[in-house]
Amino acid sequence: MNRASSWQLMTTIMRRDLAVALRRRSDVINPLLFVVIVVTLFPLAVGPGPDILGRIATGVIWVAALLSSLLGSERLFRDDFLDGNLEQMVLSPAPLPLLAFGKVVVHWLLSGLPLVILAPVCALLLKLPFAAWGTLMLTLLVGTPMLSAMTAVGAALTVSLGRGGALLSLLLLPLFIPLLIFAAAAVESTLVGTSAYGQVLLLAGLMLLTLTLAPLAVAAAIRVSVN
Amino acid sequence: MSVVIEAKQLTSVRAGRTLFSALSLQLGGGEILHVEGPNGAGKSTLLRIIAGLLQPLEGEVWLFGQPQQDDPELWQRQTLFIGHKPAVKAELTALENLHFQSQLDGAAHVDAWQLLETVGLLGLEDIPAQQLSAGQQRRIALARLWYSQAKLWILDEPFTALDTYGIELLHQRFQRHLEQSGSIILTSHQPLSWSGERLQKIRIEHNDEELVYE
Repeated sequence: MNRASSWQLMTTIMRRDLAVALRRRSDVINPLLFVVIVVTLFPLAVGPGPDILGRIATGVIWVAALLSSLLGSERLFRDDFLDGNLEQMVLSPAPLPLLAFGKVVVHWLLSGLPLVILAPVCALLLKLPFAAWGTLMLTLLVGTPMLSAMTAVGAALTVSLGRGGALLSLLLLPLFIPLLIFAAAAVESTLVGTSAYGQVLLLAGLMLLTLTLAPLAVAAAIRVSVN
Repeated sequence: MSVVIEAKQLTSVRAGRTLFSALSLQLGGGEILHVEGPNGAGKSTLLRIIAGLLQPLEGEVWLFGQPQQDDPELWQRQTLFIGHKPAVKAELTALENLHFQSQLDGAAHVDAWQLLETVGLLGLEDIPAQQLSAGQQRRIALARLWYSQAKLWILDEPFTALDTYGIELLHQRFQRHLEQSGSIILTSHQPLSWSGERLQKIRIEHNDEELVYE
């Protein structure tokens, strides 16, 4: 009889995911490298004048973050599906949404958190005024968990389709648009000297909503996918 | 003998084809059920229904005298399912796989080294599983059986890719599980070494009219 508690099962799955990710470092580094490359190419393409770069910096960083989150998302459940671990997750005595939540957290630790840490470098490269750095990092800190949770829903839905990459992007990009608008608006209001409090709070609310509901959707999608 | 698992009037339709209809079976503690049939007849589907991965079109499955959906957690804690896919992480070594898997199975104090020796993988413990052969990966997956306390084992083609020694080892483990009044449901194209009361056989044919239950 399996006597493990739900909490133990979730942490074990999280530790295993981390161990697997550390063995496949290129999969973790690739999306981050993509963001850095996009950000370094922009000054070369539009010219190094601070008036243009500073204005588009937030948009460039956020669009790069959105697209990079799509890059790695297909793999979120793919390996587990192919090697049979997804079946075992469904048969595990822990609630499936809890295990899904654990996987989302690990995905964020490996894709979202590094982006938040990289943000000052990107801001520097794009000559974003220093006053807005804090707000940019804050929007990324609040926004990237949403990206992880929403890509998890898309990845779980398309995992059994073989190559569902294009479909995944189509499914997810419309959902990312509110995030993009409010994140850009928050940094913009800091730049013009007003408070970004409202936009950040709204993003935080959206994040909590997504993190609460997404694991349930992921669990339902996994159950359909293993059939 | 107490009834461990009971399937009542199961019907399953996959891709517009009736695999089996009104299939009933009953298995007690210490008994082994061998599901036979040609490729694509629905053996795996039956096992996945019993494991709780698939819903049958009609009918229900009972474990310890209560329906599956009444207490899914009891179900999940008391059964162990090993399917076609071995659930072995290709990037991790055999030792790490056993370590994580035993924690996921809630087995405390598992000596992973002892387990490696039992399944004959000693000396290969620090090689990523993707570099091992299919049979060796199968052994990592099947190592779960040696510490499993689950009452019911559901095994889809457990002998695939195993050598004769591995098959012999698995037979010995099955024997001990049956002596501890555990139950086993398996599909296999190999003949099993049991006969008589312990062994039940069910044969699923392509034509659902010819469903035979011995």
